[in-house]
Amino acid sequence: MNILRKKSTANLPFSETAIELFIRLCGISSILFVFGIFFFVFREGAGFLFNGLDVKEFLTSVEWQPTSLNNKRYGAFALIVGTFSVTILAMCLAVPFGLGAAVFVSEFCSPKFRETFKIIIELLAAIPSVVWGFIGLTLMNQLIIVVFKAPIGLTMLNGGIMLALMSVPIIVSIAEDALKAVPDSYREAAEALGATRWQVVYRVLLPAAKNGLLAAVLLGAARSIGETMAVLMATGHSVNIPSGPLSWIRTLTATIAAELGEVARGDEHYQVLFIIGILLFTITFVVNLIADLVIKGIRQE
Amino acid sequence: MRMNSRFSYLIIKIILVLAYGFVISSCSPKDSESVASKAASHVTIKNKGSDTMVNLAQAWAEMYTGVTSSASVEVSGGGSGTGVAALINGTVDIANCSRQIKPKELELATQNTGKAPQEFIVGYDALAVYVHHDTPIDKITIPQLAEIYGENGTIKEWRHLGITHTACPSDKIIRISRQSNSGTYFYFREALLGTDRDFRIGSLDLHGSKDVVEVIGRTPCAIGYSGMGYATSHVKMLEIATTSDAPYYAPTLKNVLAKTYPIARPLYMYALGEPTGAIKAYLDWILSAEGQKIVEKLGFVPLESN
Repeated sequence: MNILRKKSTANLPFSETAIELFIRLCGISSILFVFGIFFFVFREGAGFLFNGLDVKEFLTSVEWQPTSLNNKRYGAFALIVGTFSVTILAMCLAVPFGLGAAVFVSEFCSPKFRETFKIIIELLAAIPSVVWGFIGLTLMNQLIIVVFKAPIGLTMLNGGIMLALMSVPIIVSIAEDALKAVPDSYREAAEALGATRWQVVYRVLLPAAKNGLLAAVLLGAARSIGETMAVLMATGHSVNIPSGPLSWIRTLTATIAAELGEVARGDEHYQVLFIIGILLFTITFVVNLIADLVIKGIRQE
Repeated sequence: MRMNSRFSYLIIKIILVLAYGFVISSCSPKDSESVASKAASHVTIKNKGSDTMVNLAQAWAEMYTGVTSSASVEVSGGGSGTGVAALINGTVDIANCSRQIKPKELELATQNTGKAPQEFIVGYDALAVYVHHDTPIDKITIPQLAEIYGENGTIKEWRHLGITHTACPSDKIIRISRQSNSGTYFYFREALLGTDRDFRIGSLDLHGSKDVVEVIGRTPCAIGYSGMGYATSHVKMLEIATTSDAPYYAPTLKNVLAKTYPIARPLYMYALGEPTGAIKAYLDWILSAEGQKIVEKLGFVPLESN
């Protein structure tokens, strides 16, 4: 017995250090990748950003005419509005459903059903975005025309529904983990005090899992902002300030995806697309920063 | 503790996945080598570009497998600009292009690869103007189209064209256009607006030639343009005149060949340098009577000499 144990502890340090080294490398590489990507995107766009681009026009004008022969205009305002409006719409649809489903899976459903349900949710996450886009282009397009009597179904609503369907699985799985992480003693204590199941969820679990739930929502939102293919196909891809959910829009990501293939490297248009990349980077950075500050604020309370 | 064991389980999973990927990637070169050595004389021609031409290029590639077994053709779309960009980078053998290559691109390709792209006209495409089949209109002029699509255009509703469109309650014309990496987009803009005027923003810019016709087939308010090979029973093609006094011509083979139909254009293929070997054989076959038959079969217009 004693000899065996000695043997295994003698082996342990090597495998332990190897794994530790590997994990360390993984951690450092992610930092390197983020900075590397930011450096690359910034380098490609910086020349025109500081020398030539009218930043005020870029942020406030709706005139997006990068392929004009004589009068090129790079106004990204409609694209920014499009990105935000479709993301907000998607979150309005996805957050209630996602959090509701997470509460159901973690608190209300039987263990046997839970596993099946989780597998199905994971399947939903595995559907490629181009398939969602195709569904938006054909099925949802027709459905919106019939239900809302819209002239055309390729709208913000269509894109929002597609994005909501894509971010629900993320929200569900992260929110469910957050709810599971709440110690059972909380539930037991609440039930001992005579709380109903709903009161346990509403008064105890949701406040206790606040951070995790917020992270779930923000990761879902990040997925929506970054999504390209589905919104490219489902929103109509039109430079337009939306007047409601049935307007067609174009997003920042879809613009990069649609136009980067055509431009010559180093061209003004090419650089502007990278400036849009910088803008997207900044947006996600600000969203993450706000999330961090909010979570810190909650912790200090 | 529980957290810890879950975490290490996850790490083991990640390591396994990475290891699996490593094994796969280290194996695959061997596999492809053995395939290559089995058919040493087999050549794969890479062909990429115009979405307008992708069905045509695919049909050629399929028929060509029956012509020779020593070469096969790999076709992908993405737009004329994408094809030319690939040609500039030297990653394709033949680029399909529904517009002529720009001088700047020609120069870049020569600079990058050391070979000047050679141009081949492989057929003609008539751009048809499509509307939903319930739209009470059969003909339109180029200046009218320019007012619909152009910047500061004056025609925004169907009644401005002098028609009552009962199937479209809002009466607003929904402009369907193409993404700006398509040769179709550039050609239509030039044919309508020349080089001085741009498209008005707010059109729906769709991804492919087929999507345009499909969406118009579902949308009574819409107008759009696409290759004439894509017509379905849900849409109709308008007859077009260059001015309001000129005669109207339908997009038919006869009118395109007679050069009376105003918006028709050549379709190009570009090879790097004077083509040789398998690439030359393929291009010669495309230009032969057999290859041109496929052009006609897919709704495009074959070269006159055949």
